[in-house]
Amino acid sequence: MLQHAPVIHLLAPFYAAIIICIAGMWRKETAYPIAVTALSLSLLSAVATLIKVGIAGPVIYAMGGWSAPFGIHFHIDALSALMAVLIQVVALLTAIHSRHPIHSSIGEKSYLYYPLFLLFVTGVTGICQTADAFNLYVLIEVSALTSYALIAMGEKRSVHASFNYLLVGSLGATLYLLGVGYLYLKTGTLNMQDLNFIMTTRELFSTPTIQVALILLMVGLWIKMAQFPFHGWLPNAYTWAPSPSAALMGPLMTKVMVYVMIRFMISVYGLDAIVDSMWTTWVPYLAIAGIVYGSLMALSQHYLRRMVTYIIVAEIGYMVGAAWLATELSITAAFYHVISDALMTLALFLCIAAMRVRHDIRSIHDMENIFKKMPITMVAFSIVALSLVGIPPTSGFISKWYLISAGIDAGHWPYIIALLLASFANAVIFFRIFEIGVFGKKPAEGHHHEESHDKKYLSEAPFSMLIPCLVISASIILLGIFNQPFIEMISTTISSISGGEVLQ
Amino acid sequence: MENMQSNLPLIACLISLGAVLPICLFGEKRRNLREASTILAGILKLSVVCMMVPLIAGGKVLNFTFIEIVPGIELAFKVDRFGIIFALVASSLWIVTSIYSIGYMRGLHEHAQTRFYAFFAVALSTTLGVAFAGNLLTLYVFYELLSMSTWPLVTHHQDKEAREGGRKYLTYLLGTSVGFLLPAMIFCYLKSGGNSLDFSQNGFVSSFVNEPTVAIVLLLLFVFGFAKAGLMPFHSWLPGAMVAPTPVSALLHAVAVVKVGVFCIIRVFTGVFGIEFLQELDIGQIVSYIAAFTVVVSSLIALSQDNLKRRLAFSTIGQLSYIILGISLLNVYGITGSMTHIAMHAFGKITLFFCAGAIFEATGKKYISEMVGIGKRMPITMIAFFIGAMSVIGLPFAGGFWSKFYLVWGTIANEQPVLLITFLASSLLNGAYFFPIVFKAFFCKPEESLFEDKIEEAHPAAVIALSITAIGTVMLFIFPNPLFDLAKAAATQFLS
Repeated sequence: MLQHAPVIHLLAPFYAAIIICIAGMWRKETAYPIAVTALSLSLLSAVATLIKVGIAGPVIYAMGGWSAPFGIHFHIDALSALMAVLIQVVALLTAIHSRHPIHSSIGEKSYLYYPLFLLFVTGVTGICQTADAFNLYVLIEVSALTSYALIAMGEKRSVHASFNYLLVGSLGATLYLLGVGYLYLKTGTLNMQDLNFIMTTRELFSTPTIQVALILLMVGLWIKMAQFPFHGWLPNAYTWAPSPSAALMGPLMTKVMVYVMIRFMISVYGLDAIVDSMWTTWVPYLAIAGIVYGSLMALSQHYLRRMVTYIIVAEIGYMVGAAWLATELSITAAFYHVISDALMTLALFLCIAAMRVRHDIRSIHDMENIFKKMPITMVAFSIVALSLVGIPPTSGFISKWYLISAGIDAGHWPYIIALLLASFANAVIFFRIFEIGVFGKKPAEGHHHEESHDKKYLSEAPFSMLIPCLVISASIILLGIFNQPFIEMISTTISSISGGEVLQ
Repeated sequence: MENMQSNLPLIACLISLGAVLPICLFGEKRRNLREASTILAGILKLSVVCMMVPLIAGGKVLNFTFIEIVPGIELAFKVDRFGIIFALVASSLWIVTSIYSIGYMRGLHEHAQTRFYAFFAVALSTTLGVAFAGNLLTLYVFYELLSMSTWPLVTHHQDKEAREGGRKYLTYLLGTSVGFLLPAMIFCYLKSGGNSLDFSQNGFVSSFVNEPTVAIVLLLLFVFGFAKAGLMPFHSWLPGAMVAPTPVSALLHAVAVVKVGVFCIIRVFTGVFGIEFLQELDIGQIVSYIAAFTVVVSSLIALSQDNLKRRLAFSTIGQLSYIILGISLLNVYGITGSMTHIAMHAFGKITLFFCAGAIFEATGKKYISEMVGIGKRMPITMIAFFIGAMSVIGLPFAGGFWSKFYLVWGTIANEQPVLLITFLASSLLNGAYFFPIVFKAFFCKPEESLFEDKIEEAHPAAVIALSITAIGTVMLFIFPNPLFDLAKAAATQFLS
């Protein structure tokens, strides 16, 4: 059983999706428990795999017993295993959270939401496990197609946003496929380790074909991860999607693409080849532009979810910039930030959804006295906010610590300054929210005196929405304090990959 | 120097955090129980701190380690003599302030008192965290948490002024700590080989810096990064934060927050750079002159303020720079003076703030020009004010005299007449902005007096509190030895 763990967390959501479709015809209310059970199972399997990888090193799993380079081949190292756990955590919490908002917004057909949800999870989980560049494309499409549908379920404007995303997203995927095609043309293989082996032994990196492939791959991935200036699809798509869909995709889609980018950089092209290229000089500046743009736009938003989407754009800039500083430390920092930012984004979306369900809060201006209305949700929200500002001991502080360390280590001062400015922007954003949330929109007139303490406002979100918020905000603090095992795992894996493990 | 593992620092730090729960549970409906839990926590906290004193005075260093948070760096407490001095001051004054708060907040029927007491307790926990921090990262963690937990206190009134004050407060404190401190700290961490940011006698900067310019830049990043110390030009959050209720101004902006700032700077001088290394490079002077400038300018500004709390705020800025000036003299007298001035100024200034609050609570007056003749109405308050003022000016029969004595001695020992003159001129200015208030309160002509000739003090809890601190100020003059013994031992240890 345990040797199949790497596929359980891929297949459990997949089969659950099919079962729900069938069972849903009979009883619609079975959808929710089946989805939650399947995701709990896959979380267990992902954790088991992570522990196994942590103890015994990378696991290789050949699908159906067909060995590489002919069959499809899962190569699971600590990075993949960590991503798998992250994805399952996000998916499980979002699934638990979905019950209330989905039933109230979609109603009758809400059971059909869960199969799409689970297929999306299958797609992104697969992306992080596979060692085959073409297989990866297929899984990108699986997750993308389901995400178009998940977005289009939202309010009126969501259909338009989703269509826009479909056009841009397909373009990104096509560019990626084209890049893989070029790689195949030159090397004759699609297996990532094979690709790296052939490219290094035949010194193909400087050939035009491989260079063009790199450009195509990166632009394709940047479109998918919404790196500035390819971010245009993201704000609308995630603003108008139903809130659980946004909570699922916001943390996962973009971060998984960052994972793929890092995977290509270290496992396919190899860090040495990347360092030698010109890319490391200019990509960080692209990232800086993204950070500045995202932060400024986030500052100017009033609509909460839209604000979060621009924060995502800025955070993607953090990761892309750190990844392309291209030192082992900087990639470790980028990877840790992938995890920590996924949790923070999820927590933001969940809290915002909770506020909306109870008090129809959509913009900052609706948040008056929210701390009195929903004290527990707001505790979770405050923790996330402080983490985004970078207040210790949250995970946001630790990732900022490593990102700045990476910047100092690489001597890239503009990147550090951009990071610091983005922290200030987040501070302004969230303390403005605190001000409105605690003190009300308009300043009190004159000196304030004792108020009556009626509790008529107090109305917390339902438990199924509250628990995920609390779990995730607690995990942000825990990930910050107990960051050492994670950092160690990431950095040893990265250094073993870039240390030429493939050459044996 | 003997290291000893102990849970006491953690317990002392967490007691007030633990008090948050009963405070919130009792709430406004059972406010007597709520206040009782605050005071009980304060007494427990002080007694735990007092339990540590004999151990530390005996030369031990108490250690407590949580967990490694960055490779080579742990979240850790390390309590030495300097830390315990600060912890003693903060935790003893918390009790007095709690008593005072009861009078002040109830007397004025303030809103959201539960929030007030809860965040006050959190702020005290983080203050002790700073006092006990064993390395730069731990210090930073608690420093930031202190800013966060005091923001709701500063903006307590929720009106326009309070919000602006709060924004300014965060902008300055967060801006400097994230903008200067964090990069400087990470730079040190990376350059020192990523092993340790522990405070130690010789510091860790000397291991990787040998050019004076780099050292100066680094030192200034640290000194300005700890903007809680109110060194110019990063001082203007302090008068802005005076919109807070007076108990907050009293404890946090005369004792905890600002003293955390100077405490951190002294830690940087003694534990990060090491006094010897600074003497070698001879870069203490730059900081001395910035501090001297701040001392003089802030005293001049204080002269022109009519709002009593703002005047006190500018006086605080000047007094904080005394402490920075003292440490930057880099000799045993200066350092002893700095450390003891933290305690002496705390007692004097808190008395002054208590008096300002008591006046406001009893009469609604905020401006000095409205306080003519107030001595007839509130004699106890104004006598306490007089004692506090003497301490801040540095006159005998108040504790401030001794610490100022050491500071002046430090400048003489270093043969720096300019700094000596700064101290003396500033004392004159202090007198010039404090004595007229007291004088007019008692000795105005009957027709000038704005108050009737009838004694009517503030809420009794407030009067008790300000009497306690005033008596404490005098006691510190009569029995300064325990404090000075600790401080001298700490200073010689830093220098050896």
